[in-house]
Amino acid sequence: MSRERNLEILVGAFMVAGFVALFFLSMQVSNLSLGNAAEGYQLTARFANVGSLKARAPVTLAGVRVGRVERVTLDRTTYEAVVALRIDAEVDNIPEDTFANIFTAGLLGEQYIGLEPGGSPEMLRDGDEIMQTQSALVLEQMIGQFLFSKAGGDS
Amino acid sequence: MLFDPLARLGRAGLGVLERLGRAHRLLLAILLGSAEVLLRPRLLIAQLYNIGVLSVLIISVSGLFVGMVLGLQGHYVLARFGAVESLGLMVAASLVRELGPVVTALLVAGRAGSALSAEIGLMKATEQLAGLELMAVDPVRRILAPRFYGGVLAMPLLAAIFSAVGVLGGFFVGVGLLGVDAGAFWSQMQNQVDFREDIVNGVIKSLVFGVVVTWIALFQGHDCVPTSEGVSRATTRTVVLGALAVLGLDFILTALMFGD
Repeated sequence: MSRERNLEILVGAFMVAGFVALFFLSMQVSNLSLGNAAEGYQLTARFANVGSLKARAPVTLAGVRVGRVERVTLDRTTYEAVVALRIDAEVDNIPEDTFANIFTAGLLGEQYIGLEPGGSPEMLRDGDEIMQTQSALVLEQMIGQFLFSKAGGDS
Repeated sequence: MLFDPLARLGRAGLGVLERLGRAHRLLLAILLGSAEVLLRPRLLIAQLYNIGVLSVLIISVSGLFVGMVLGLQGHYVLARFGAVESLGLMVAASLVRELGPVVTALLVAGRAGSALSAEIGLMKATEQLAGLELMAVDPVRRILAPRFYGGVLAMPLLAAIFSAVGVLGGFFVGVGLLGVDAGAFWSQMQNQVDFREDIVNGVIKSLVFGVVVTWIALFQGHDCVPTSEGVSRATTRTVVLGALAVLGLDFILTALMFGD
C-alpha cells in the first residue's frame, strides 16, 4: 500500500517536473505571449528588392516589434517581391500613407521591416497594401556604386 | 550453386522485410490494445516510473553538463564576433531544437530501451508471455501497451527537463563564470526563440522519438530468440537501431520543420 503510494507520488512529481520544464521553456525561453498566435491582421507591401528578408523577420514601428513577416513571394508579372506582414491586432491604427523600409540590424545582422507612420486619418485594414516602400540596401551594390563614383570623380 | 550467393542475398532481404512486417503488426496490435491502458492506469504509472522517473537523474545531469559546455563553446565562438549577448539564444535554440530531443532519446534508448528489451526478452525466454496467454490474458495488451505509452509519454517530459536544465547550465556558465550580461542573455533568447517554431517542434520531435525508441525496444524484446544469447542480442540491437533511427529521423524531421 505505502510502496504503491510512493510510486504514485514519484510519478506525479516527475510529471509535474516535466510540465514545469515545458512551462519554463514556453514562458521564459521563448517569446510566447498568450493569444497572438495566428491573430492580428495582414498587410502586404511590394518591394523592388527585399535583400535577404525572410519569413518570421520582425516588423517594427519606432523600434518596437508590432508583427512579423509572414511570407515573401515573387509577383511574376511585375517582378516585384510581395511581402505579407502579420501585424498584431492591438496595433490597429497604422495610417494609410505609412512608409515601409527594409533595414538591417547592425552591419551584418538580420533584416527586418521598419514602419514609419504617415499622417493620414485613414487607417490600414486587413488585406490592405502599403503603397510606399523602400527596398533593402544591398551592401555589395552600395560599395560598387561608391567605388564607381570615386573612379568617375578622379578622372 | 551458381545462384547460391544470390539466394543468400534474397533470403537476407526477405528476412529484413519479414521483421519489418512483424514490427508493424506488433505496433498495430499495441495501438489496438490501448484500451487496456485506460482501464488499468496503474500499469501505466508503474511504467512511467520505470522509464520516466528513473531516467530523471541521468537526464538532468547530462542536460546540465551539455548546457554548460554549450555556454563555454558558444562564448568562445561568439566572443570573436563581439556577440556574446547572443549566448542565451545560441544555448536555448540548440537545446530546444536539437540537443534536447535527440540526446534525451539516445539516453532513454540506452537506459530504458535496453531494460525494456531485456525484460520482455526474458519474459519470453522464461515462457511468462506464453503463460499469460494460457491464462487468456493478452500479453500485448497487458505487458506491451503500458510500456509503449509509458515511453511515449515520458520522452517529451524528459526532453523538456533536459532543455530547461541545460538552459540553466548555460546561464550559470555564461552569466556566472564568463560575465555575460544576464539581461541580454534572457532577452535575446526570448526575442528569437519562437514558441511554435522552436518549442512545439521540439516537443513533436521528442514525441516521435518516444514512439520509435519504445517501439524498437518492445519489438526487439518480443521478437528475440528466447535464449540468453538471443536476449543479449536483442538488447544490443535496441540500442544500436534506436540510436540510428533517432539520428536518421532527426535529420528528416529537421529538414521538414526548419529546412526552409
